[in-house]
Amino acid sequence: MQQFLQQTINGLSIGGVYALIALGYTMVYGIIKLINFAHGDIFMFGAYVGMVAVMNFNMPIYLAFIIAMAVTALFGVIIERVAYKPLRKSTRTAALITAIGVSFLIQNGVLMIMGANIYAFPQVIPNQFFTIFGLRLNMLQLVIFATSIALMIILQFIVSKTKLGRAMRSVAVDKDAAALMGVNVDNVITITFAIGSALAAAAGIMVGLYYIKVFPFMGFTPGLKAFVAAVFGGIGIIPGAMIGGFAIGLIETYVAGYGSTLYKDAVVFVILILILLVKPSGLLGKNVKEKV
Amino acid sequence: MKNLFSKKNLIWLGLLIVFFFLFQFLIDVRIITPYYRTVLYGIGIFIILGVSLNIIIGITGQLSLGHAGFMSIGAYSAAIVMQNMPDMTGLLLGMVVGAVVSILVSFVVAIPTLRLKGDYLAIATLGVGEIIRIVILNLEITNGASGISNIKNLISWPLLFVFVVGAVVLSANFKNSAIGRACISIKEDEIASEAMGIHTTKYKVIAFIFGAVLASVAGSLYATTYYVVKPETFGIATSINILIIVVFGGMGSLTGSAISAIFIGIVNMLLQSYAEVRLITYALVLIVVMIFRPQGLLGSKEFGLDKVLGFRPPSFKKSRKENSK
Repeated sequence: MQQFLQQTINGLSIGGVYALIALGYTMVYGIIKLINFAHGDIFMFGAYVGMVAVMNFNMPIYLAFIIAMAVTALFGVIIERVAYKPLRKSTRTAALITAIGVSFLIQNGVLMIMGANIYAFPQVIPNQFFTIFGLRLNMLQLVIFATSIALMIILQFIVSKTKLGRAMRSVAVDKDAAALMGVNVDNVITITFAIGSALAAAAGIMVGLYYIKVFPFMGFTPGLKAFVAAVFGGIGIIPGAMIGGFAIGLIETYVAGYGSTLYKDAVVFVILILILLVKPSGLLGKNVKEKV
Repeated sequence: MKNLFSKKNLIWLGLLIVFFFLFQFLIDVRIITPYYRTVLYGIGIFIILGVSLNIIIGITGQLSLGHAGFMSIGAYSAAIVMQNMPDMTGLLLGMVVGAVVSILVSFVVAIPTLRLKGDYLAIATLGVGEIIRIVILNLEITNGASGISNIKNLISWPLLFVFVVGAVVLSANFKNSAIGRACISIKEDEIASEAMGIHTTKYKVIAFIFGAVLASVAGSLYATTYYVVKPETFGIATSINILIIVVFGGMGSLTGSAISAIFIGIVNMLLQSYAEVRLITYALVLIVVMIFRPQGLLGSKEFGLDKVLGFRPPSFKKSRKENSK
């Protein structure tokens, strides 16, 4: 029981990170029906920006968070404007292949600029442990969990209470109708990319703090897992991505804890295939009939 | 069968024989040095991979990102069998084992995943590729992360030539067969072709298995050419490299895939010492091709003798006449 609770805590803290990345996938998918394959690499980019801010400019960690989120948001906007916007009218396969190209480009661009060596993210949050009810809690885990929850609450507020959020939801439902109602669809899409990228940057720094290692290909596996999380909760649905993120984090930790660490990555993909078979629209999704 | 010895086929056969002996001669007199020979073998293997992925993506319209997984099945099968039988029989037996395993795996994978569409299918196949890689990484027989080395090098120009030509001819016949036409109709419009009475799942599965088996054969050739197989070689990057060949050459054009595999192979050789620049260029090419020419360089057209020599299939002329009446 003790061990189970311990695993649950570990799972929730990594699940929060997955949820943040999954939100970026789900928001972009909800609005332009594109799987932003490069999202995992945007997450990696955010981790690098945060690391440079802390290591080379000696910024405190909260400032590094803000800088990384701002820079990465801008980066996401540039990607959207240059690579995805010209493809808005083309087939979804073409858009997906472009996204794969962008992913490859970011990975190798970072590889060229920063080199292939693995950096160690500076350990700015003290690695203190304290014990409550016999459970060992890590300061870092608490910070990660609290930050991800805080960011999710802010996002939920933006989406459900502000004018911008209403515009985003209307574009997601019907782009043309939203445009007729005076919503600037292009701007809304751009802002969606900016928000998704900023969340990914925050997740990137948290993974950097948690796993210490920062390298050009670090975005691939968490990116895929977050995608699975988004599908699990129902892609395009914001609360779904949050639930999915925590669920994947927990499942992965339980498999690693009770089964085999080696197969923990494979289990996630098996889950993906199972969900797609049983309920492709995800946990919170509705079934949509295809019209001819 | 009556067209087997048509003028067109005979010209193709003649060209192939000339081409074969030309390269054999160049290899014998060492104008093609051992280094260039390895490049040549690499290009041949990637032609098979490109053509086989094109059957799945270009002809049937199912975006698969797990092709390197099937390649690794063939590579490991050949490597394992050849550890006990380091001769040509071992290689061929390894190929057969790889093909059988690939058929089983792709069948098990295809039936559930091919029910999915577009993006979901892409991610699911990517997941399958990763699962295959992780399983190979953790099995005893595959020797984990360090892989299998010291595989006997049995590749030769005649062997490669036979397999490349065989794979391309098989694929071309697949494309022009009734199954191939069914697959093309699925790509064009799945619902419409289903309404026309085409069993879409069946044809998608057939195309997927066909592509997987060819990829596995290419993997076996890879193992004997480079005499080392490691799980990391068959990751997502390799799947994407094959995808780049298909996209660049034209989705649906088998000759396009072959030409782009040759082109990319030569560019790879020239930019050998600038690995990062090369990968960045590929990524840019992928994006630019998708934005400006999403159908790829040749689109779905084939580069064939028909155009060069002014042949026209007789049935085409007739049907046009009938239409004009």
